[in-house]
Amino acid sequence: MANKILVVLEQREGQLKKVSFEVAKAGSDLASKLSCDVEAVIVGSDITDINKIGNYGISKVTHLRNSEFANYSASGYSQAVSDFVKEINADVLIIGNTSMGKDLAPRITAKLDGGIAMDVTALEVDGGEIIATRPIYAGKALIDVKVNSDIKVFTIRPNVFNPGEPNDSLAEVSTKDVDVNLKDKVVETKQASGKLDVAEASIIVSGGRGMKDAESFKLVEDLAEVLGAAVGASRAVVDAGWRPHGEQVGQTGKTVSPNLYVALGISGAIQHLAGMRSSKYIVAINKDADAPIFQVADYGITGDVFEVVPALIEELKK
Amino acid sequence: MKIAVCVSHVPDTATKVIISDDSKTIDPNGVTYIVNPYDELAIEEALNTKEKVGGEVVVISLGTDANKETIKKALAMGVDTGVLLKDSNFRDSVSLAKALAEEIKTQEAELVFFGKQAVDYDNSITGQLAAEFLGYNCVSVVTDFNLEDNKITAEREIEGGKEVVETLLPTVITTQKGLNEPRYASLKGIMAAKRKIIEEKDATPFDNKIEVLQMKKPDGKQPGKIIGSDASAVAELVRLLKEEAKVI
Repeated sequence: MANKILVVLEQREGQLKKVSFEVAKAGSDLASKLSCDVEAVIVGSDITDINKIGNYGISKVTHLRNSEFANYSASGYSQAVSDFVKEINADVLIIGNTSMGKDLAPRITAKLDGGIAMDVTALEVDGGEIIATRPIYAGKALIDVKVNSDIKVFTIRPNVFNPGEPNDSLAEVSTKDVDVNLKDKVVETKQASGKLDVAEASIIVSGGRGMKDAESFKLVEDLAEVLGAAVGASRAVVDAGWRPHGEQVGQTGKTVSPNLYVALGISGAIQHLAGMRSSKYIVAINKDADAPIFQVADYGITGDVFEVVPALIEELKK
Repeated sequence: MKIAVCVSHVPDTATKVIISDDSKTIDPNGVTYIVNPYDELAIEEALNTKEKVGGEVVVISLGTDANKETIKKALAMGVDTGVLLKDSNFRDSVSLAKALAEEIKTQEAELVFFGKQAVDYDNSITGQLAAEFLGYNCVSVVTDFNLEDNKITAEREIEGGKEVVETLLPTVITTQKGLNEPRYASLKGIMAAKRKIIEEKDATPFDNKIEVLQMKKPDGKQPGKIIGSDASAVAELVRLLKEEAKVI
């Protein structure tokens, strides 16, 4: 049984992140299944267009404001949200499983003596109880879990809960100025400008050892650019030092669920397949027709990436 | 300074997961267990820090006698002492973090390293939970770490970039790839480890907040169409992506 669901929205540089729409929709869907209330909270300094969260089924949102909240601070954000949970008497929290959410959710859980299920890919209700499904072993298996504590915290995997088309409702926003005593502080953000992250992207183009060397990997970047995709890499490529760790897809890298995953010159080791098999559509281009990647690919071309990919880029530019 | 490093003993990432008859756990037959890969980074960073500022490193692991293998590996890499918190029951992250926090307190460790996640249950929260139970600061998913006096400057990975965080001891750090290159245990290290002490004690029980109802395999993905074997197939591929999959 639930009393009130609180969805925790996320902003970066004062703008709502896409995952905010996904948590909003997941929260409002869950609230209708449980016939309980739902509202939203967001922590930040100046944030624009918060009321647009109303487009995704949330009518009430509180902005916990302090000028020190422009950047994420684990101590500051977790204290502010925990205090707010107590104030409004919420008992179910939904947070995005992002770099912020993964850090924030456990801190709140511990402060409120709750239970937590991370990286959830489905939230169902059975006999009034919330059943969460989450991948383990990087997606080689799934578990259904129930949280048996008064406060239940769920983080949801980005790109899985479809927020649907926005409607034109706007949420009522109240702003609450909060005091802070930050024990940790972001002093600098090093953002690769305009670079999409594999964990958030709806299209990913990944390259493997079949790309031959670091220079030839440019072809992966070129295709990603045409598709508006993030660049991913297999572990072999990251271990060889061709690409940074942040791009690695698979067990010991990132587990992803984009709408489209394009694997170039990737054979498909079990660790890699685990991390990307839940993608909605998979394209594989590899000259080895026996490569395991073709076992999970929706569309395959058993050809040389150095011939097929330039042709594909040309075709997409038409 | 006393530094603690918490490690877990997990199935090798090459493991093919088979679900047991109880439908709640994996079948351990034929599974090789290893030091959780992210924990190797934690061990390395603890040793690096000790080499710079002095002190002592203790490795803590919760589980069965089998976890001693992982503790021994840390001792062989250069960790000074080990603690095995014995428990053979399933623990969720909250219950695990509470027991680890209790031991960290007993050890009076001011700086604690965890791998950013264990590659079995993939929760990525034990370090943050333990920090909160201890009242310590915490920086998670760290790719660069510096300690000067009691001030920490750490770089953590975020979507598409990094953020540089400053905080003070006592602190929990969870480690991410890119932070360091874990050393191999030397023969001398392996020999020395045989003389090092592993203290064994029963782990304090705490309630699990999570109940596993069932474990299952993901829906099998069926192999799809092979469209062609050369560049002439790209037009059809683009058509399928646009018209059938509707993803571009």
